[in-house]
Amino acid sequence: MSDTVSIVIVSHSQDIAKGAADMVRQMVGDEVKVAFCGGNPDGGLGTNVPRILDAIEAVWSSKGVAILVDLGGAEINSEMAVEMLPPERRECVVVCNAPIVEGAVMAATEAAGGSSLEKVRAVAEELSAS
Amino acid sequence: MPLDPSVLRSLITTSAEQIIASAPELTALDQAIGDGDHGVNMKRGFEAVLVNIDSITSQAPGDAIRAMGKTLVMTIGGASGPLYGSFFMAFGEAITKGNRIPEDLAEALATGIDAVSARGRSKAGEKTMLDVLVPVLETLRSEAGQPDLMRRVRATASDAVERTAPMLATKGRASFLGPRSVGHIDPGARSSCLLIHAICTTLEENP
Repeated sequence: MSDTVSIVIVSHSQDIAKGAADMVRQMVGDEVKVAFCGGNPDGGLGTNVPRILDAIEAVWSSKGVAILVDLGGAEINSEMAVEMLPPERRECVVVCNAPIVEGAVMAATEAAGGSSLEKVRAVAEELSAS
Repeated sequence: MPLDPSVLRSLITTSAEQIIASAPELTALDQAIGDGDHGVNMKRGFEAVLVNIDSITSQAPGDAIRAMGKTLVMTIGGASGPLYGSFFMAFGEAITKGNRIPEDLAEALATGIDAVSARGRSKAGEKTMLDVLVPVLETLRSEAGQPDLMRRVRATASDAVERTAPMLATKGRASFLGPRSVGHIDPGARSSCLLIHAICTTLEENP
């Protein structure tokens, strides 16, 4: 099961994160593992490092994990979470500089074909190039 | 001389209480140019520090400050979590590696500033907490040895917060506002000032 790159969606909003994950599942199917999290530790809008770590763990793949984020706080908290992983796992997780919904769908589509983490990230980040 | 455990505990609790008491002010500042959650986020983080104060302060000073940083990372729930968390984790690491408080406060602070700068990919002049921390470091270095050093550092921090008002934000949520960020002091600069004041006052009372 872990022969594709997995996707983690991190939004300030649980609803946006879940909605983006739903779109990935409908458009790409279940062969790519997708986890999502949103909201702060009190359940309001924000981010939550322990839940980001849980999400990475939930979909862990030896091929790697691509994280898609919305606003800056989600990016910086995701980068922090990656640094808190065991050293051997840090190299296998990337935070993509891409729009959260389109990036998640494009990354998952690429991952479904068995592409490497670098390729998955590159495809998602092409969306931010222009 | 290693940092006395009771002084360490006082440094942490005074800082936390100052932030918690100032949460409404920080939120009001953030509502002007950010997303309005800085006060409540900082309050949540420092309340978690107080809940865990016994286990945090049962460790050696460097480890205790690192643990405080990690607690902030795990509980703040916004960008200030990794920023303040990285600051205190690096600050604690500097103490573990031999920097002493108060003698080497400047060196430990410099390590923390580097961590914030790397985490936020930012530098002084961009209307952030660095616009307080960097001038404070400069005063610690240029006025080292002065009998009223802590008073001078407090004054530097207060002045530095006011100097963020005319700055144009280019980092963080305030940068979304562009020119409309001008005229408001930066909430992160203000929270850094509050922490600097709490630390200076505690060190002054425990020479």
